[in-house]
Amino acid sequence: MKPGPALAEGFPDLSGMRIAREPHWFRWLSAALIVLVLAAIVRAFAGGQIEWSYVSRFLTAKVILEGIVNTMVMAVLAMALGIVLGIVVAIMRLSPNPVLKTVAAGYTWLFRGTPLILQLLLWFNLALVFPTIGIPGLWTARAVDVMTPFLAALLGLGINQGAYTSEVMRAGMLSVDIGQYEAAQTIGMGRLRALRRIILPQAMRVVIPPLGNEFISMVKATSLASVIQYPELLHNAENIYYANSRVIELLIVAGLWYLLVVSILTPLQMLLERRFARGTLRLAR
Amino acid sequence: MTKPLVAIRSVSKNFGEFQALKNVSLDVWAGEVMCLIGASGSGKTTLLRCVNQLTAIDAGGIWLDDELLGVREHGGRLHRLSEREIGRQRLKTGMVFQRFNLFPHKTALENITEGPTQVQGRKPDEVRAEALELLRRVGLSAKADWYPAQLSGGQQQRVAIARALAMKPMLMLFDEPTSALDPELVGEVLAVMRELARSGMTMMVVTHELGFAREVADRVVYMDQGAIVEQGRAQDVLGAPREERTRAFLSAVI
Repeated sequence: MKPGPALAEGFPDLSGMRIAREPHWFRWLSAALIVLVLAAIVRAFAGGQIEWSYVSRFLTAKVILEGIVNTMVMAVLAMALGIVLGIVVAIMRLSPNPVLKTVAAGYTWLFRGTPLILQLLLWFNLALVFPTIGIPGLWTARAVDVMTPFLAALLGLGINQGAYTSEVMRAGMLSVDIGQYEAAQTIGMGRLRALRRIILPQAMRVVIPPLGNEFISMVKATSLASVIQYPELLHNAENIYYANSRVIELLIVAGLWYLLVVSILTPLQMLLERRFARGTLRLAR
Repeated sequence: MTKPLVAIRSVSKNFGEFQALKNVSLDVWAGEVMCLIGASGSGKTTLLRCVNQLTAIDAGGIWLDDELLGVREHGGRLHRLSEREIGRQRLKTGMVFQRFNLFPHKTALENITEGPTQVQGRKPDEVRAEALELLRRVGLSAKADWYPAQLSGGQQQRVAIARALAMKPMLMLFDEPTSALDPELVGEVLAVMRELARSGMTMMVVTHELGFAREVADRVVYMDQGAIVEQGRAQDVLGAPREERTRAFLSAVI
C-alpha cells in the first residue's frame, strides 16, 4: 500500500493514559522482615544484662571526654605525619634516582608488612634496645623518659600511615596527565616546583576520598595505642571498667563516641572535595 | 657574520628499535616562520620536542641563540646540564601542544601568570597587566577568570598560546596546534598564529594545515621516516615539489 498523507488506522490513542505504579510486593515484605529482626535485637539488648543508666552516666564523664580529645589529637597529628611522609615517599618513588626509589619501596615494604600493634610495642619498648639516646657530645637522655606513650603512639601510627598514604599519593600523581608535567617544564619549572604547583593540586582531587577513608581508619586505629598506655578513649573506658566491672556499658560508651566522630567526619570530607574540585565542573556562568 | 637562531646538526633519536630522527640538520633564522609537514611517524614532532628538550637527543647537537642545548663540552667530552640550567634554556622557547595542556585547576589568567610569577619571580601586578594584554591579543579578554573546562577547544588553545608568549620566548614551537580541534574552531587559532607571524616572531610549526603553510610559512620542510626529504619556499615545496616522495604525500593529503 502506498504511503499517503494520512496516518495509518489501527493504533489506539494512548494520550492521557498514565503508567500504573508497580506494587513492589517483595520490597515491602523484605523491609518488614528487617524491621522485625532489628526490633528483636533491640528487645534482646534492652532485656539483657546491661545497665543502661551506666551508659548515659559515663557517656559524658570527664575521663571519657578526655579520652575522646586525646583520640582526636592523636588521630590528627598521626595523620598529618602520615600525609607528609606519604607525599615525600611518593615523590621519592616516582623520582628517576634509583637510590631514592629503592629507599621508598623499602620503607613501604617494611611498615606495611608488619602489624601496627607490633610496631607500637616496638616504639614503646625502644629503651630495651637503646637505654640512652641523643646526639654524641651534645645531648643525651634516658630513652624511657623520651619515648612516652604519646611519642611512641605518634611515631608508630604516623610512620605506619605514611606507608599506606604514599601509595595513595602515588596513585594520585600518576592520575595526572603527563602533558601537565610537560607544560610545566616548558614554562621553565623544575621537577619539584611542577609537583608542588601543578601536579599535587590536581592529584589532591583524586586522593581525598581514599584519604578520608584512611583518616576514619586512623581514628579507630588509635585505640590500639591503649596497649602502650596512651590515654585515648578505649584505654580510659577500660580503666573505668577495671574499677567498676561495667564492661559492656563502657564499651558501648566508647563505641557511641567513635560512631559520632566518624559521622561528623563524612560531611567534612565532602566540603574538602568541593574545595579541590575547582575548574573540573562545567559551571554555567 | 650572523648565525641562525636555531642550528640543528646531525641529530639522531631512537625510541628502542625505532629510529625517530636520522642524522637531521636544519637552520632556523630569526624572524622566520617554518612549517614542518609529513606523515605521522615522520619525526617532525620529535624534532620539535628535541628543540625544547622535552625529548633528549641521542647524537648530534642543537644550538639555540648560539648556546649548545642540554650538554656542555669540556675536556673533549659532553656533560649533561643540570635540571636548573635546562630550565633556563627552555625559557627561550615557548611550546604549544596539540592537546593544549592548560592547567585545569587555574583560570585562563592564572595559567598565563603562573610562569612569569613563579619561575621568573616577577611582580604580580606587572605580570597581571601583561597577561590581560595577551588575552586581549588572542581575543579572550572576557574569559580571564574562566577555567579551561569552561572554554571551547579553540579558546583553550588561544590561552595556551598566550601562556607561552608570557614567558617572552625568542622562538615559538607549535606541535599540531589545530589537530585536536573541531573544524569550525581551527580558523580562530590560525588567525592568532598568523598575527604572531606578522609581528615578527620566529616560529616552528608542525602542521597538517597546508593552506596555512602556503600562506604564512617562509619555509616548508617535508620530513619522511626521520629525515628531511625536501625544503624550500612554501610555493616551491607545496606547488612544485622536486622529490617523488613529497609529491606522493601532497597528492595523498589534498
